[in-house]
Amino acid sequence: MSDISPEVRAAHWAKTRSLTITVLLLWFFFAFVVHWFASDLNAFTFIGFPVGFYMAAQGSLAAFVIIIFYLAYAQNKIDEEFGVAEDE
Amino acid sequence: MNNNFIDNLPKIYGMYTGGFILFIILMAVLEQIGVSAETIGVLFVAFTIFIYAGIGWLSRTMQVEAYYVAGRQVPALFNGMATAADWMSGASFVAMAGGIYFGGHGYLAFVVGWTGGYILVASLMAPYLRKFGCYTVPDYIGTRYGGNLARLMAVIVLAVASFTYVTAQINATGTIASRALQIPFEVGVWFGLLGILLCSMLGGMRAVTWTQVAQYIVLIIAYVVPVIWMSNKQGFGAIPQFSYGAAVARLGELEALHQVGILKPTESFAGLKALTVEHATAGSTVMANWKFATLVLCMMAGTASLPHILMRYFTTPSVRDARKSVAYSLLFIFLLYFTAPALATFTKLQLLDPNLATGIFGKAFADVAALEWVQKWSNVGMVALSDSNGDGILQINEFFMRSGIVVLATPEIAGLPYVISGLVAAGGMAAAMSTADGLLLAIANALSHDLYYKMIDPTADTKKRLIVARVLLLGIGAAAAFVASLKLTSILGAVAWAFDFACSGLFFPLVLGIWWKRANRPGAIAGMFMGFASGTAYLIAIKWGGMDLWLGIDHLRFGIIGMPISLVSMVVVTLMTKEPDAETQKMVDDMRIPSGETVLSAKH
Repeated sequence: MSDISPEVRAAHWAKTRSLTITVLLLWFFFAFVVHWFASDLNAFTFIGFPVGFYMAAQGSLAAFVIIIFYLAYAQNKIDEEFGVAEDE
Repeated sequence: MNNNFIDNLPKIYGMYTGGFILFIILMAVLEQIGVSAETIGVLFVAFTIFIYAGIGWLSRTMQVEAYYVAGRQVPALFNGMATAADWMSGASFVAMAGGIYFGGHGYLAFVVGWTGGYILVASLMAPYLRKFGCYTVPDYIGTRYGGNLARLMAVIVLAVASFTYVTAQINATGTIASRALQIPFEVGVWFGLLGILLCSMLGGMRAVTWTQVAQYIVLIIAYVVPVIWMSNKQGFGAIPQFSYGAAVARLGELEALHQVGILKPTESFAGLKALTVEHATAGSTVMANWKFATLVLCMMAGTASLPHILMRYFTTPSVRDARKSVAYSLLFIFLLYFTAPALATFTKLQLLDPNLATGIFGKAFADVAALEWVQKWSNVGMVALSDSNGDGILQINEFFMRSGIVVLATPEIAGLPYVISGLVAAGGMAAAMSTADGLLLAIANALSHDLYYKMIDPTADTKKRLIVARVLLLGIGAAAAFVASLKLTSILGAVAWAFDFACSGLFFPLVLGIWWKRANRPGAIAGMFMGFASGTAYLIAIKWGGMDLWLGIDHLRFGIIGMPISLVSMVVVTLMTKEPDAETQKMVDDMRIPSGETVLSAKH
């Protein structure tokens, strides 16, 4: 892997790291923050569900699925941008 | 099993799915013409196990790369299905809806934790470990940090966590096999093991991969069909997952009517519970929120540290596919996990709503006791009723049920045809077998590759390595079946422990090996040892030593003790010792870049 310069590696890693941090912040919100307020959120309803229950039974799960597909897409973009993606 | 096979995967599994649906229809026809329920149950379980064993036989191999990582040619989508089956255990399939039924919102922490953990797998671990090119998780630890002690520590944590988990799975196969085939539990356990070994012995990871895909298809059909059926029966629409909000609201009214949480049981039956927790109400105290959050965290970090899951991502053709594959895994897991709360809601509605024919509360005690499903499950000690206040009417605190049977009994409670019960039994069997396969293989591979080949006899030839791998698989399987036959723990207690063991010992050494170049061998050894030892010591102290809980951290959450201790010891010891050599640092650099050769050569 000598054809990739240290500068390119560093720049690729910096972008990868900030994407990872973004994803983990979203993850933290849906994994912990919303459920901490579940009791208050239950006062509201969403498509017939109490919101606190809904987030734990379905909402957070759906958010995780979207986040994880976004991560796969965005990381691939970063890899291609720096020319370090694998050949198809 | 050549490239032709890989190209034809969608066609092959499409035909398989069609065949399975035809089989279900055939069973339904047999039921209509009067074949007994027992025969249908036997046919369901026996037929599916026969198919898995056939796939296992066709996938037999004598190549190291095929045995350990399925030749690294599993497409992302199919690896996603295999991981979902690997992941969703007897506990997810059999116990989760029952847990929600009895535990309400608090129990949903498992649902959140067991899905969100995949974000950690995708963002922190899987793509980098794929690039590393290891065969097992200790293989990565041993190479990244260097030295046999680090490798051995990883093998120990892996073996303890996975063995705890696998006994629970074999226990579940035993329970289901004994019910469906009408054999004693102790025999059912060994029968289940036989089925599991048929899938994995001959073909290792390759065979397990293709049986797990087949098992996923069976288990997801078996889980979703009864829920859709019940929902349609009750008028909640064709895709009940989106429309059971009204059912949740109705449950709130019924809970008030039946005084759930107000009427406490006055009697108790071993292993059985009465309903005392409201369905959707969330705890409003700081302690309740803390308990929810800590359980979520332990299950998530455990997900990202369990080797039988991580090793599935070693089988994809590329780093890009590994990442995509984690996303597909979560999607396929989501399909079951967002159905489980719907199932729990509908089952509860069936029992609580006095306007439904299936409602039992508020009805005459003698009538309920005479119901067929009540009698059947009472006979095996899984259901009990007692007219505690002697008024001749069944109240909410007079009906007791084992939480693990909710999924298995639901078709009977709802009055669905027996073919659905047979299907659910086959689904539960598929879930438990696929997870047991992955776990047994994770343990046996770590022992055969890391302990035997890397540490004891590095000169062993391919044939000898693969024979040793199979002998170990057999031995560990037998040991797990023996422990399971002793019936030491309930299904879910042991499953949560496996996550806590894994995150206590492995989470930070795995993550920091990729994300912190400075992390070195003494630090990793300290992290694994201190995390694992402190978590285990805490578990023993609270479970058997009579110690009071710290901050409400009970035996399901002991990773909350192990993880921080692991992190602090690893960081402190790393900073006190020399930084890793240039070669190791280059290894980390290469791991972070998808293109280029794997860090470990293809045949190592």
